[in-house]
Amino acid sequence: MAERISTSSVPLPPIRPERRITLDVMGTVGDVARPLAPFERMANITAVRRLFVLVVLAVAWEGYARWAGNSLLFPSLTETLQAFWEAAVDGPLIQRTLNSMRVLAAGYAIGLLLAAVFTTVAVSTRIGTDLLSTLTAMFNPLPAIALLPLALLWFGLGAQSLIFVIIHSVLWAVALNTHSGFTSVSQTLRMAGQNVGLRGLSYVILLLVPAAFPSILTGLKIGWAFAWRTLIAAELVFGASSRSGGLGWFIFENRNQLEIPSVFAGLLTVILIGLFVESVVFRSIENVTVKRWGMQS
Amino acid sequence: MAAAGITDARERASVENAAPLLVVDGVTLQYKTDQHLVTATWQVSFEVYAGERYVLLGPSGCGKTTLLKAIAGFMMPVGGSITLAGKTIERPGPDRMMVFQEFDQLLPWRTVLGNVTFPLLVNRRMPRKQAEEHARSLLDKVNLTRFADAHPHMLSGGMKQRVAIARALAMEPAVLLMDEPFAALDALTRRKMQEELVALWEEVRFTVIFVTHSIEEALLIGSRILVLSPHPGRVKAELNANHLGPADVGTPAFDKLQRDIHDLLFTDKIETDKPEAGHG
Repeated sequence: MAERISTSSVPLPPIRPERRITLDVMGTVGDVARPLAPFERMANITAVRRLFVLVVLAVAWEGYARWAGNSLLFPSLTETLQAFWEAAVDGPLIQRTLNSMRVLAAGYAIGLLLAAVFTTVAVSTRIGTDLLSTLTAMFNPLPAIALLPLALLWFGLGAQSLIFVIIHSVLWAVALNTHSGFTSVSQTLRMAGQNVGLRGLSYVILLLVPAAFPSILTGLKIGWAFAWRTLIAAELVFGASSRSGGLGWFIFENRNQLEIPSVFAGLLTVILIGLFVESVVFRSIENVTVKRWGMQS
Repeated sequence: MAAAGITDARERASVENAAPLLVVDGVTLQYKTDQHLVTATWQVSFEVYAGERYVLLGPSGCGKTTLLKAIAGFMMPVGGSITLAGKTIERPGPDRMMVFQEFDQLLPWRTVLGNVTFPLLVNRRMPRKQAEEHARSLLDKVNLTRFADAHPHMLSGGMKQRVAIARALAMEPAVLLMDEPFAALDALTRRKMQEELVALWEEVRFTVIFVTHSIEEALLIGSRILVLSPHPGRVKAELNANHLGPADVGTPAFDKLQRDIHDLLFTDKIETDKPEAGHG
């Protein structure tokens, strides 16, 4: 038998003694987990890395502006910050920002409400699904700002027109994402929910909404970004009565007066608010929800 | 006690005195795929008594999972009827809590404790505080005391299934439905879970209908086994296994029943193939 197998190039393995080890006589292996060095830990914090990028960008801005030396076309960071400070303390910047935020909040809230109604109809009936799919397919590619001339005609110069275009920019993004989140909830989870006795509205609120929350949150973020851009753009286009104007109006006004550092200060405010909402508001919502639930890494 | 058979015969009610809890009477189940109308089971009848560990055993395609879904109320039979304590089953409900095979049956946004209290709170079975106490006592029973505040994604597969079992038992359902709950676990964990389930039954005494395609698992867990044939599912045999438990693996009685069931399930194949000697 052994001779027959020996034609193979691999020899038969040797028979070796057995090993049985009693674990408590093994002694210590050393630390099972060791903390990382301080620098490594710092580099693992996203905020620290982001701050580093911001500092590099600020230095580059200041350097280029000084080298170009033309504060009418490209003011330096210090000039911008100075204009920002003046506009915020003595000028209308804060009032303008608040005006913008108020309009935005109203439009965003109404947009979300409509999106909730649309998606609830869409999940409960098949024709509702078709209605939502068709409407989102039609209106999602249509930039909200393109509706502004029409809105001005319908609602006149004022907050209503702005709210109308904001609703348009929020509604479809949120409805689309929420609905696709609902449809991708796993069959097992759905059955588990029905098994527990959930039906109708309680099924949507207690099961579908939290299960689809990652998608809903994505929709909220996209909706916010659309709404913010649309609002600033809309405010640039029509000069509302200057007292109730928003941030976009602030930028437009200062450009007309060739107060370029103030224009930059206005743009900086737009960016800062955008950054704050993205990386503080939405990030902290993510941290206490989808990240904690392990639904998003 | 466990070695001699799981339950003492003196505790047993006689069949004449007891009424069945669940009656499945001539049930035919069909479901539609995109192209076909599939008949999953054909006139299946059986009865489950309170306290039984009733196993639906069969190869894939015998409609055992579909049958369980019909008992859970997720689908209606085309023919026949399913009644629980005299009432026809019409929709899913917490009196028939189900443990699924998939690990994602837990709600990822609730903690382990929150998952167990969820059905209690949704059905307003008891106030929050009492529900939490009740849930903790069940988590003790499935050895998850330390993980009450963890979220499901931090648990291993076996632990997730234990949470699902605790959640189902918390509702004290008339009958617990288990759809191959250990099939996705590794072999070592699976055996441990099987033993734990039987031990839990000894402690709590619930009625369970357990679906599996493993003959060994059926013998370990079941007190009574319904053997189903595939395409479509029909009843092939109904056997007693209450004298066998996890302690009996490898004993002659265990091996004999295992071989019997194996032959029951595979005789069709031998008849259709050319006859083979030395098998069956």
